[in-house]
Amino acid sequence: MTMPRFLAAALLLLAAAFAAVDATPAAARVLRIGLADDPDMLDPTLARTYTGRIVFAAMCDKLVDITPELDIAPQLATEWQWVDGNKGLVLKLRQGVKFQDGEPLDAAAVKFSIERHLNMPGSNRKAEISAVTAVEIVDDHTVKLVLKAPFAPLLAALSDRAGMIVSPKAAQAPGDFANHPVCAGPYKFVERVAQDRIVLDRFADYWNKDLVKFDRIVFTPIPDSTVRLANLQSGGLDMIERLAATDVETVRKDSRLKLSTITGLGYQSLSINLNNGARAKNPFGQDPRVREALELSIDRTALNEVVFNGLFQPGNQWVGPSNPFYVKSRPIPARNVAKAKQLLAAAGAATPQVTLMTTTVPETLRAAQVIQAMAAEAGFDIKIQATESNAAIQASVDGQFELYLNYWSGRTDPDGNLYNFVSCKAPPALNVARYCNPTVDEELDAARTAEDATSRLAHYAKVADHILTDRPLIYLWHPTWLFAMSAKITGFEPYPDGLIRPQGMTMQ
Amino acid sequence: MTAFLLRRIALIVPTLFFVSVLIFGLQQLLPGDPALALAGENQDPAVIAYLHQKYHLDRPLPVRYALWIEGVLQGDLGESIRIKRPVFDLICEKLPVTGELALLALVVALVIGVPAGIIAAVKHNTAVDYGASMVALWGLSIPNFWLGILLILLFSVELGLLPASGFVGPGDSLKQNLLTLAMPAFVLGNAIAAVMMRHTRSAMLQVLSSDYVRTARAKGLGELRVILHHALRNALVPVVTLGALEFGQLLSGAVLTEQVFTIPGFGKLIVDAVFNRDYAVVQGVVLCTAMAYIALNLFADIAYVLINPRLRT
Repeated sequence: MTMPRFLAAALLLLAAAFAAVDATPAAARVLRIGLADDPDMLDPTLARTYTGRIVFAAMCDKLVDITPELDIAPQLATEWQWVDGNKGLVLKLRQGVKFQDGEPLDAAAVKFSIERHLNMPGSNRKAEISAVTAVEIVDDHTVKLVLKAPFAPLLAALSDRAGMIVSPKAAQAPGDFANHPVCAGPYKFVERVAQDRIVLDRFADYWNKDLVKFDRIVFTPIPDSTVRLANLQSGGLDMIERLAATDVETVRKDSRLKLSTITGLGYQSLSINLNNGARAKNPFGQDPRVREALELSIDRTALNEVVFNGLFQPGNQWVGPSNPFYVKSRPIPARNVAKAKQLLAAAGAATPQVTLMTTTVPETLRAAQVIQAMAAEAGFDIKIQATESNAAIQASVDGQFELYLNYWSGRTDPDGNLYNFVSCKAPPALNVARYCNPTVDEELDAARTAEDATSRLAHYAKVADHILTDRPLIYLWHPTWLFAMSAKITGFEPYPDGLIRPQGMTMQ
Repeated sequence: MTAFLLRRIALIVPTLFFVSVLIFGLQQLLPGDPALALAGENQDPAVIAYLHQKYHLDRPLPVRYALWIEGVLQGDLGESIRIKRPVFDLICEKLPVTGELALLALVVALVIGVPAGIIAAVKHNTAVDYGASMVALWGLSIPNFWLGILLILLFSVELGLLPASGFVGPGDSLKQNLLTLAMPAFVLGNAIAAVMMRHTRSAMLQVLSSDYVRTARAKGLGELRVILHHALRNALVPVVTLGALEFGQLLSGAVLTEQVFTIPGFGKLIVDAVFNRDYAVVQGVVLCTAMAYIALNLFADIAYVLINPRLRT
């Protein structure tokens, strides 16, 4: 075949392909969601990514859920009661719930799942519910979790992956459960093509099926926020999560799109190396006055305006100012450069030099630059060291840092935002400052075992007195979850945990 | 021909061994313990210890290399720690995607580059030549990701003609498949077309001034026949080499383009694996790319022989 003939044949073939009728079936109600990254293993026991939790929210129901106000709400369990001096939690299970493989969800299945979370090698859930020592079946639809000591954050843990119940039959079947997960949520797993899509179909026997309006949900990971938004604008997606703060105006101006926001549970903070190797041996690590001076040099509101268009929530504690566990007696300190200079003079360090490690996320880098400029006015000489995220984690664990602009995605219970970062018993990879104060530990433990929210808050107030003075971390802001979606979507309600609950969502 | 082939094939074994040592050694230089990357936010010490033990991260480097090579020789490339799927499956899933993209990009490059090169050579030192060279320079210097984003904004967001990103298998819908690949194939092909144009041009210039072309013209052959039949055939030898090398590079190097257009191919697989410290995936993909590269070079050598009979000794 000569070249021109070959080309002609190829062109004809192409034309035929375009003329062919599109093979995609029409009229199925599909919700296409763009995620900022590809989830990891779809097994609630092993999973560890935030985007994985978005997929689970459509696939795996939990024993309890949270409300947008962070109260605990029924889901698979309809009611619960603390017994035995708060060392036992009795949960009544919903009747008639089925797993997506048709198996019944009963007390035995709950026992199986909780024990799987506790015992499976590599379980990422074990630490979250390690207070549980045994799961007792009271009757077919009642279980009792037995605790070694009272543990107030348990219900919050059960409102996330630790409370997800998987089908024992599917989990015990040969083959990898993470690639064929079976739960009791509104949508069931169909297929996954790594880095391309995760497809879920409506589960016809879902216990609350009236709220399931879409036939199919397709999750597509698109890491670049510009491209994610371009897909939404061009109609390739119906909804995206983690819209860039700089793109909010674009969405607001586009009548085909709408925006939904809510302040998240996470926080961004400056972790300070107090006692983690040789790099703690500097005025920063050793003199609390220098750390206080740094905090006083930062204007959190201006920082938020400059970097995040004022969309995020400035903060100074492990929970945001609107959280019920916020210690109101310790509000956000106002910027005070004069006092910062006095403190530095008193500490004998008029121009302390320090290296600030950040990740390479553009917004974080910009925030670091703003902090650098603000602190310079008080006399600080900050060098920014942008580090790839995993290398930054390693450096922080090894003590190869002085200041580290770090992010925590947040937990429903304040304990999850606090304990592992400041307790003497915390994992070394999280308490990178190596802060250890026995008084703080006592209060943290007391807050875990306290009976009610009021007394827990009292303990956290005492913790705040130490943490906000010793400053192993300087809390800076709480990110806002930014969702953009087609204006035709209704029924979406944002939650502080940043997940997309598809129940009730529909397309006009 | 047979002896030549055997010689070339015998060289592959030591090359692959060297490549495997290099891949394994180099990625150990990446800072950051993979277990820390994989333990997630919770950083539970028990999980970190379990990951160390399960993926032999606590064993000395030579032992880990031996364990890996032992598996590879048995056809087992290991398992992605992040999503718990065999690396071999992932490669089989991604290779056709990147293969198709690379092929389309090469077609774009050939269709633009070779004719442009011929015209520039024939119209040597005229406005057409300068124009073609300028366009080629533009194609070479424009960054892929930037051109990609611009095309998305124009063709998807403004005009709504093409899907902004993603990939649809040719089996699902050939039309959608070609529509999704149109922009990335153009972006990739555009840069290669520039290189191809310049190579074709210089090779054609050399050939057009040779004695046999003058002879052909003296015989009274038509200009088109002289250029396409006599000159181009010889001028194509370096272009074929280039094509093979560029194709190899496309298989491994479409990284940025695949990221921008979110195409679930090789480039995206390897970048994500590096960021997630998913060692088994990095090793498997790089080994596979190296093998493809070696094979393509071999094919290029064979193609020389076919195009130029004087090499058939």
